[in-house]
Amino acid sequence: MKTKRIIFIIYFFLFAPLHANENYSELSEIYKNLRCLVCQGQSVADSNSDFASTIKLVVQDQIKEGKTKEEIYDFLISKYGEWIVYQPALTKNNFLLWFLPYLVLILGGLIIFFIIRKSRHNKAN
Amino acid sequence: MKFSISKVIIFSFVFFSLFIFWQGLKKNNNYNTKRLIGSRISNFQLIEINNNTKSISEEDLKNNKFTLVNFFASWCAPCRIEHKYLVNLSNKKIKIIGINFKDKKSNANNFLKELGNPYSFVGQDFDGKISILFGVYGIPETILIDNNLTVIKKIIGPIDQIQYNEILNLIK
Repeated sequence: MKTKRIIFIIYFFLFAPLHANENYSELSEIYKNLRCLVCQGQSVADSNSDFASTIKLVVQDQIKEGKTKEEIYDFLISKYGEWIVYQPALTKNNFLLWFLPYLVLILGGLIIFFIIRKSRHNKAN
Repeated sequence: MKFSISKVIIFSFVFFSLFIFWQGLKKNNNYNTKRLIGSRISNFQLIEINNNTKSISEEDLKNNKFTLVNFFASWCAPCRIEHKYLVNLSNKKIKIIGINFKDKKSNANNFLKELGNPYSFVGQDFDGKISILFGVYGIPETILIDNNLTVIKKIIGPIDQIQYNEILNLIK
């Protein structure tokens, strides 16, 4: 009996906070990706507005119900449209948003390559 | 005239960035609910403000040809302004459901006693969670739905004469 108690106390103080942390970080990640619709440029995580606090309550409820991050985003998108999430889904209208960084990286690489090649060519001459 | 490839790439990139920036300036980034017209309201249960054992759900609204769902609160000044239009609409062929948003029961009852009760059912939403199910982000907000629970019109802010007429046209 005593051993069980000790195991419980160890679990409670060592591992329970870890679970709480997991939940907290998941909630925080979701809040950060949700736009506060009544604020200027703030996420739900940053805002203390009425709207943001209600969204936080709903997200907490859905996490307790066992819903995944994607299911929560889909639910909120169905109610408020794509604008509510900062990271929109890939569509034909926003594919540039997703691929532009890679394109810029390739272009940057090409520019550096041509500059180096040119300077080497000049040195050789 | 000699063009180096890197200059062409840099020029194209700057031109492209400016084009995107210009397009971005033209785009209206304010939140609007136009895209939500045609979406469906689902999975809700409203508990009556004065009687916790009385409730309605989506099935009850399917019996009405049209239902107007209005979010209101006694502390909301624009709700007072629009209330006369709701009272007038309650005399037309439409059921109006009121949802009391983040309010005190006694204040909500006093509000309805003072200005009249246009609602066939007054639901409670003391913590605001119901409002999220209806895609509401501030009050007053009014949603016109048909018997399939499809959103036909969404009015953000108080109802005025123009919107009152529009609702009457839609429910003809």
